[in-house]
Amino acid sequence: MALFKKKKIQSIGDSQYLTLREERKIAKENAKITKAYEKRKNRTKVPESEYLTEMRDPKNVVEFDNLHTYFYTDVGVSKAVNGVSFDIPEGSIVGVVGESGCGKSVTSLSLMQLVQAPQGQIVEGQIRYKATNGKCYDIAKMPRNEMLHIRGKEISMIFQEPMTSLNPVFTIGAQLDEVVLLHEPGTTKEQAKARSLEMLKLVGIAMCEKVYDSYPHELSGGMRQRVMIAMSLSCNPRLIIADEPTTALDVTIQAQILDLLRDLRHKIQGSIMLITHDLGVIAEMADYVVVMYAGRIVEKGTVREIFHTPKHPYTIGLMKSKPSVNKLVERLYSIPGQVPNPINMPKHCYYKNRCEMCQECCEGDFPELMQFSETHFAACHLYRDNKDLVIYDSLTTGAESEKAEVAHE
Amino acid sequence: MVKYVLKRLGLAVIILLGVSILIYMLAMLMPADYIDRQTAAALQNGSMTQEDVQHLKELYGLADKSFTGIIKSYASWLGNVAKGDFGFSFLYGAPVTEVIGQYMWISFILAFLSYFLEIIIAIPLGIKSAVKQYGVYDYSVTVLAMMGISLPSFFLSALMMNVFSIKLGWFPLQGLTSATIIFEEGDWLGIFLDKAWHLVLPLTVCILLGVGGTMRYTRTNMLEVLNSDYIRTARAKGLSEHTVVYKHAFRNTLIPIVTTVAGMIPGLFGGMMILESVFSIPGIGMMAYRATTQGDIPFIMGYNMFLSVLSVLGILISDLLYVVVDPRVKLK
Repeated sequence: MALFKKKKIQSIGDSQYLTLREERKIAKENAKITKAYEKRKNRTKVPESEYLTEMRDPKNVVEFDNLHTYFYTDVGVSKAVNGVSFDIPEGSIVGVVGESGCGKSVTSLSLMQLVQAPQGQIVEGQIRYKATNGKCYDIAKMPRNEMLHIRGKEISMIFQEPMTSLNPVFTIGAQLDEVVLLHEPGTTKEQAKARSLEMLKLVGIAMCEKVYDSYPHELSGGMRQRVMIAMSLSCNPRLIIADEPTTALDVTIQAQILDLLRDLRHKIQGSIMLITHDLGVIAEMADYVVVMYAGRIVEKGTVREIFHTPKHPYTIGLMKSKPSVNKLVERLYSIPGQVPNPINMPKHCYYKNRCEMCQECCEGDFPELMQFSETHFAACHLYRDNKDLVIYDSLTTGAESEKAEVAHE
Repeated sequence: MVKYVLKRLGLAVIILLGVSILIYMLAMLMPADYIDRQTAAALQNGSMTQEDVQHLKELYGLADKSFTGIIKSYASWLGNVAKGDFGFSFLYGAPVTEVIGQYMWISFILAFLSYFLEIIIAIPLGIKSAVKQYGVYDYSVTVLAMMGISLPSFFLSALMMNVFSIKLGWFPLQGLTSATIIFEEGDWLGIFLDKAWHLVLPLTVCILLGVGGTMRYTRTNMLEVLNSDYIRTARAKGLSEHTVVYKHAFRNTLIPIVTTVAGMIPGLFGGMMILESVFSIPGIGMMAYRATTQGDIPFIMGYNMFLSVLSVLGILISDLLYVVVDPRVKLK
């Protein structure tokens, strides 16, 4: 019997298939680990010194430093965010791109301490945040009750599902007022209402009095997303996290929402962390781009650098798979293969099996981030010997496609 | 709103008509009727003849059991009901409405108390075990609830009676008043306390059996709500966990709970047949149980119509409550 079992597992060739005993063992260990983390987070009296820290660069609002967020699932530990470091400078828009499940959202939820507990836990690394009071906190170590003062007030979040993100049983007004009343003690109901109406006007809602008294189901998706944005703005946050704010909306509304976000940046003088898998949105909006793949950063840099001189084959793949108006293609490019199983990640570069430029050197450990300019980094073995190697040239590929177009005509 | 209620009440009349036909048919088709049961002994020892029995049946309107006969007698019953006359109970020798009116209240008090306590206990337990899902608290509450759900009421009653009244002697075994105590004229407090003392065991059984279901229902709904997007939004606002759970989540959990709780209203007045019989509490449940076993057709009809009216009203109330708790629902 034992022999038979062993053979079965081998034939499938995947450790995802666990025996009942193994599963129970994992669950037991997970419970132990997560319980310890939860206990730590739920402490009420924690000396501030424990989570005070220093910013590396005072110009940044947030610095992610080697962040690891793991999910302790029943089939093993899933490393959703596995060593992510990047900065969000003051007053800038930082775009985070990557395909579904690459850890974009988990990174942002870690910053809010909203990762699905108790399975999801920040295991390692720092998230340094420069608060309005001049102090610098490490959010990864912050106890839960302290975090409540930052959430919604200093860092706020816009979610990707406007249809379900508002509580259906409360009016828009009640939900908006709640934030103001919570974070600005001493405000009267009238003041809160005035503030909410002002915010609704700011996000371009014409009949704000009427919307104020409506329930969420009485509004369209675009309107609800505007309300969500108004809600996130109402306490003048230093940072807004927009987690795929336009994914669930139709294209015309998408454009309006993006315009709105861009305007806001000047109005509120805060930073925006924009999570999306739409490169077009990134090109339009962002100052800095972070490309994530399977829980790691594969490339980061300014928008110009990423779009004109992309270094990592994955970034290039993303560029190529973007539909373009002035190119004629038979079939839209798509990156072959699939993201590796998040449990038991390989040691080598995670992109190796899908990479078209894979070489012998790719067998080695996961490549370190290599610096190409002051702001441009990429993690790929190809550039180990020659940093000036060009594997993608936006100019030539553009020219080629134009040629192809002419030929076609 | 008024139009909607009127429409629903109109529909209710049709429903009640159908229900009454069904129950009347079933009651008439029971193999041994009231006269058969009453005269069986006399017929055996020869003090009554078959003719006497037949004569009695004719007097009681039970002689003609053919289809047309049933229709005819149903029509006359319906005619009387339209005039407000539910007939005379064979067994209790009094008008049906009077019997129901007399015995309804003790059942109502028993049921209302257990219903109230059940909700007060079950909802907080359900919420807490949803918040602490898969924790020690959740598991222990769930196990207890499951035990409550799966125990039959007569068994638990017998167990409680054995332990608390026979072995320990803390509570009286059966009934509603102590036969051995003589109360002075006007000693209302004494009578009240005596009755309350008698109701402790049946109430406990009732609550133990009922809490599990409501608690599980609350837990399931709470869990569903806690995983929804708007709860994440509420957390992202910086609200404390307490506000998130008891304001944002609970208000949404209330929607399914209110409707099921309103659906329990007929049970409040209907009494609990088995429990009242086991504890010999003179409530409407026990009266109905006896009437049913004896084939007392006017009482069976009266009691069941009473229950049907309450059910229809209960559903109407739960639909109206939907509008109160859920702003998305509009009645047309």
